[in-house]
Amino acid sequence: MKKNFRFYIALWISKAAMLLQKLLGMNASYFPGKIAIKLCPDFLGRIDKPKTIITVTGTNGKTTCCNMILDVLTENGYDVLNNKAGSNIDAGIASSLLGDANLLGHVKKQLAVFEVDERSSLKIYAYVHPDYAVCTNLFRDSIGRNAHAEFISSIIERALPDDTHMILNADDPISSQLKPGNKRTYFSISRLDTDRAECVNIINDMRSCPKCGGKVEYEYVRYHHIGKFRCPNCGFASPEADYTASPDWAAGTFTVAAPDGEETYPLMSDSVFNTYNQVTVVALLRTFGLSTEAIAASFKHMSIVKSRYTKREKNGVEVVTNMTKGQNPVACSIVFDYIRSESGQKEVIVMLDDKTYKKTTEIVTWVYDADFEFLNDESISRVIACGVRLHDYHLRLLLAGIPEEKIRCVENELDAPSQLLLDGTDKVFILHDLTTPETTRLVCDGVLAEIEKREATK
Amino acid sequence: MKIEVLYPEAANLFGDCWNYRYLKECLPDAEFVYTSLGDTPAFADGDVQLVYMGAMTESAQERAIAWLMPYRERIAQLVSCGTVFLMTANAGEVFCDHIENEDGSRVEGLKIFDLYAKRDMMHRHNSTVLCEFEGMKLVGFKAEFSQLYGDNSANAFATVSYGTGINSKSKLEGVRINNFFSTAIVGPFLLMNPNFVKYLMTLLGIENPELKYESVIMDAYEKRLADIERMAAK
Repeated sequence: MKKNFRFYIALWISKAAMLLQKLLGMNASYFPGKIAIKLCPDFLGRIDKPKTIITVTGTNGKTTCCNMILDVLTENGYDVLNNKAGSNIDAGIASSLLGDANLLGHVKKQLAVFEVDERSSLKIYAYVHPDYAVCTNLFRDSIGRNAHAEFISSIIERALPDDTHMILNADDPISSQLKPGNKRTYFSISRLDTDRAECVNIINDMRSCPKCGGKVEYEYVRYHHIGKFRCPNCGFASPEADYTASPDWAAGTFTVAAPDGEETYPLMSDSVFNTYNQVTVVALLRTFGLSTEAIAASFKHMSIVKSRYTKREKNGVEVVTNMTKGQNPVACSIVFDYIRSESGQKEVIVMLDDKTYKKTTEIVTWVYDADFEFLNDESISRVIACGVRLHDYHLRLLLAGIPEEKIRCVENELDAPSQLLLDGTDKVFILHDLTTPETTRLVCDGVLAEIEKREATK
Repeated sequence: MKIEVLYPEAANLFGDCWNYRYLKECLPDAEFVYTSLGDTPAFADGDVQLVYMGAMTESAQERAIAWLMPYRERIAQLVSCGTVFLMTANAGEVFCDHIENEDGSRVEGLKIFDLYAKRDMMHRHNSTVLCEFEGMKLVGFKAEFSQLYGDNSANAFATVSYGTGINSKSKLEGVRINNFFSTAIVGPFLLMNPNFVKYLMTLLGIENPELKYESVIMDAYEKRLADIERMAAK
C-alpha cells in the first residue's frame, strides 16, 4: 500500500504522542499505535515493514515463546523489532513499527518477531505478511472474546497468507490443521511416561473427527486434546513431526530428532508445557537457519520470566509463585496438574481474580472448565481460595471432590497466609493472575513471614 | 428415573457439562444416559424423564440438527406430554425454526418452536442477565454469536429485568413449552440458580428436594444476585 497524506499525518501525530510518553517517563504501550490506526485505519498496511517477519500466535505459550525467540536471535547478533513492550493486538504492532520508523515511515530493522493475539488475526494479517507463522496450540480461552477453538482456528485460517511458512504443533489436532496448503514444519514431544490412554480433563475439544464426525482414537493423550490421534473412520491422523523432543528430566536436557539428525538442548524447566515452548522455538529457529549450538548456548542461561514463575525458600519450605491465567481453563488445568505431580506435601493458594474485573458478575464459566480435580490429591493438604468469587471457588472445590476440611476461603488475598496449615508442608504454591503482581508479591512475603512465625512458636 | 444427555462429546462448551454433573450429585439414584452423535437417543423408544443438551460450536449445532431430525415427531410428542427438556446456551437453537447465516443461507431447525436464530460471527454478545421465572430470580451470563428472533411473548421462559432477552431488543428470555426449557444463559446455569434446580427436581417427582452442598451454592447465588441487583439499580 502506498503512503498517502492521511498516513503521514497519523505517523507524525502518533510519533509525537510516543515522544511525549517518553518525556513524561511513561512506559511504552500500544497507545501511539492506537492513535495511528484511529487516524489512518490502514496504517499497518502503509507503514514500511522489516524484510523478514516472524509471528507467534496460539492460546498458550505465545508470550514465553516470543521472548525466547527474541532472546536467542538477539544473542546471535540480530537486531530484532518486536512488540514485547506494547501489546499483541494491531495497535501494539503499530506502536512497535512506529518506534522504529523515521518521519517518512521507513523502518530500520530488517527482522521482526511479533506476538499476535489470535483474536486479532484478521486485523493484523491483512497488513502484516509473515514469512514464518508459529502457532503454539489452540484451546478454549476466554469465552466472551474467543468463543471456542473452532472459531479462533477459522479466523487464523482466513487471515494468514497462503505463502507463509507455518510452524505447527503436530500433537494438537486443531492447530496442526491450519493452512493445509502452506509450507509447514511440525514439532512434537515423543510419548511420555505421564501420557494417558484416555483424556482425564473436562475439556477435550477433539473427541470427534473434524473431517467426518467419527470418534477420534488416541494412541495417547497428554492433556486435553493434545496427543497422538487418528480417526479410524477416515484416516485423519496426527501429522509426522519434523522436530520431536524427548525430555530427560533427570539430566535436565531434551534431545530433538530433527531432519539433520539428533540435537541436544538444555531444559529450562521440568514441565511438559515449557518443553513444548522450547521445541517450538527450536523448530522455528532451525527452520530460520540458526545452528543447534547457537540455540543451545542461549537456552543454557535463560529462565522463565519472574513475573510468571518465582521460587523462594524459608526454613525448608519452598514458596512458588506461578502465573495461572484466570479465564483460561486450560492454562489453569496444566498448572493444577503440574502441582499435583510435584514431589512432597503441598499447599495451594488460588488467587485467580483479574484485578481489572474484581466482581462476582464476571463470567465464571471457566471455573467449571478448569480441572480443579487435580488439586484433589493426597499430597495436597490445603487449598485456600481467595477473592470476590470465593463462594464460586468453594463450590467448585467441593465439586472437585476436595474434602471440606482441606478448603479455606478468604475474600482478601492478604489473609491467605494465615490460613496455611504448615504442618509437614514442603511446598506452598501461590497461583496468581497476570494482572496482580503487587498482590502476589505481598502474599508471597506474607507466606514467608508466616513460615518464620510458625517456626518461632514451635 | 432416566436422564439423557445428548451429544456430550461436543455439546459441552463453557462448563455446561456441570449442569448434568450437578444434577447427578443431587440425584444419585437417577440413571444418566449419554448419547453420542449418530446413536439412537434413549428418548426415541423409551421413557426418559429429562433430556439435556448444552453449548456447542456452530458446526456441531448443524450436526446435531441433522442427527435429531428423524426424531422430530417424537420430540414434539414428548414436549406436548410434558417431558422435561433443558437446553442451555445455543442448544435451544437446534429446536427453533431455522438458523440464518450472515450470507443469508439457512439451516432448517427441528421446528419445535417458531423462532429463528441469526448468526453474526464477528460480533459476540456478552451480557449479565437477571430474569424472573415463576417468582424466582434467575441469574446468569450470555456469550453468543447468534440470537433468536420472532415472537416469544406467549412462550417465553423468563422475564428479564437486567440484560437482554432472546435478542438485544427483547426483555423476554428463552422459550418454555410445557416442561421444555430453553435459555441462552451459558455455562453452569443450574449451579448459578439453585432454586431452579429444586424446581426441576420437583418436576421430576422429588418431594422436598435437597441440594448437594446447599449452603455453599446458596451463598454463591445470594452474592451474585446481590451484585447483579446492585448493577441493575445503577
